[in-house]
Amino acid sequence: MTAQRGAIGRLLGGLLGRLRAGWGTAASLLLLIVLWEIGHAVYGSLLLPSPRETAAALWQMTRDGKVLPAVIETGRDALSGFLAGVVLGALLGALAGLSEVARRLLQPIATLMLGIPAIAWVVLSLLWFGNSGLAVVFTVLVTCAPIVFASAAEGVLSLDGALRRMARAFRVPRRVLVLDVYLPHMLSYLFPAVATALALAWKVAVMTELLSGAGGIGDGLATARAQIDTAKAMAWILLVVALLLAIDHLLLDPLRRRMLIWRREIPGAALPTARRGGGVDA
Amino acid sequence: MTAAAMDATSHDALVVEAVSHAYGAEPVLDGVSFVLPAGRIGGLIGPSGCGKSTLLALLGGLVQPERGRIAHPFRRPAYAFQDPCLLPWRTARDNIAFGLTALPLSRAERIARAERLLAVVGLSPEDGEKYPHALSGGMRQRVALARALAVEPDLLLLDEPFGALDVGLSRHLQALVRRLIDARRLTTVLVTHDLAEVVRMADRIIVLSPRPARVAARHDIALPFSVRDDGFVQAEVARLLADPAIARALAYDDAMPRER
Repeated sequence: MTAQRGAIGRLLGGLLGRLRAGWGTAASLLLLIVLWEIGHAVYGSLLLPSPRETAAALWQMTRDGKVLPAVIETGRDALSGFLAGVVLGALLGALAGLSEVARRLLQPIATLMLGIPAIAWVVLSLLWFGNSGLAVVFTVLVTCAPIVFASAAEGVLSLDGALRRMARAFRVPRRVLVLDVYLPHMLSYLFPAVATALALAWKVAVMTELLSGAGGIGDGLATARAQIDTAKAMAWILLVVALLLAIDHLLLDPLRRRMLIWRREIPGAALPTARRGGGVDA
Repeated sequence: MTAAAMDATSHDALVVEAVSHAYGAEPVLDGVSFVLPAGRIGGLIGPSGCGKSTLLALLGGLVQPERGRIAHPFRRPAYAFQDPCLLPWRTARDNIAFGLTALPLSRAERIARAERLLAVVGLSPEDGEKYPHALSGGMRQRVALARALAVEPDLLLLDEPFGALDVGLSRHLQALVRRLIDARRLTTVLVTHDLAEVVRMADRIIVLSPRPARVAARHDIALPFSVRDDGFVQAEVARLLADPAIARALAYDDAMPRER
């Protein structure tokens, strides 16, 4: 009975916490819209179209059937580049974690790749792949992979700790060792890097599309610029931001919240700095 | 010759005979011998870094000795460490069940046994639902103990399981552990660097010298656990320290680097 009441109390508390966090977000968004409106009043429609004009432009673009194909194209290229980058970065990072030689060879390359500006990759990939979706995939891949690489290496390096010794002492089968010890450990290291890479993937994808003119949201932005149609440009930006927020809140935040439950302590391993998830009551 | 020959009469004893081991060029154990009859608690005491944990790993079969012989009839050793080593991503209950994955049990059976063990070590079902970070140090150590007992071991290996707890809590857990061990007639090897703890807990004390470890002294305590009060423990500790061999072995405690 008391346990039941406790559970209900916790549920209510969680819901209230969520709502409170939601109000915070709504209030800050409202503030931004107010500032936007003021900016519009000062500078006029050419420089800064009002939120209403932007919404109208977005609605018009949607009715013209431009938005959905662009979103699908950008999403497809960004996500495939992201996935390929994460897989490549995680595999090479794991390799670097396992072998000293591989680490010495790969680490400087990863650092070098991190140092190359994304826009440089855009230019190169346009030269190599032309105005195709492949240029987007490639650019996203090479910007995401080195981010994931470092955390994967760190994760594997710290695997050989107390937990592994304990699992061995209990003669735990290999399958359980991988699924219950290695995998959660690796995820706790990889997750922050993967979240960062996902956000970056969208930005880089839009940037590449803008310069390649190969379609997608970036291409829409380029067209709006050519037509000096600021309302349309703002509408595309709004779309990118909305997509990014949707992914963060619907996909990453629930994962982040789940991981926060146990992330705080892994014996014998310092944790990489955790991104604090929104709306989590400590 | 050695004590091993002295009372190696019973076949159901833990027999360690002239065991030597080295990590690379550095010798850790140098001809360690002792016998522990089944159903008894053996206390291995020595200065930090003297190779106690290595000896424990050898007893559990995790490591093979380079020289010498370890013989015992036990088939299922289980460990509890000073660091409870719980999986942070599993609840207390699932951590207990984790140690059972090596046994041919269904998931439901593992969970049922884990829930039973929660009660045995004095944790509530609500505690079982908690993740390790939400448990106190003493509760975590109970979970680690439950995980070890859950596999129904015939040899229990305890590596300074009370080392990280405050005095009151460790006394409480010592009594609990001794009760659980006695109820199961479980052969147990307890590693510690606390002489009072080993006097309170063990039936047979084996004092190891600094690394490379040799047996510096052996001492049996016949008094039943239930009547070992503070006075007895204090007197016994003083009596043991009066033995020059024991005092010499343990005096290194502060000068030696920590094992972990």
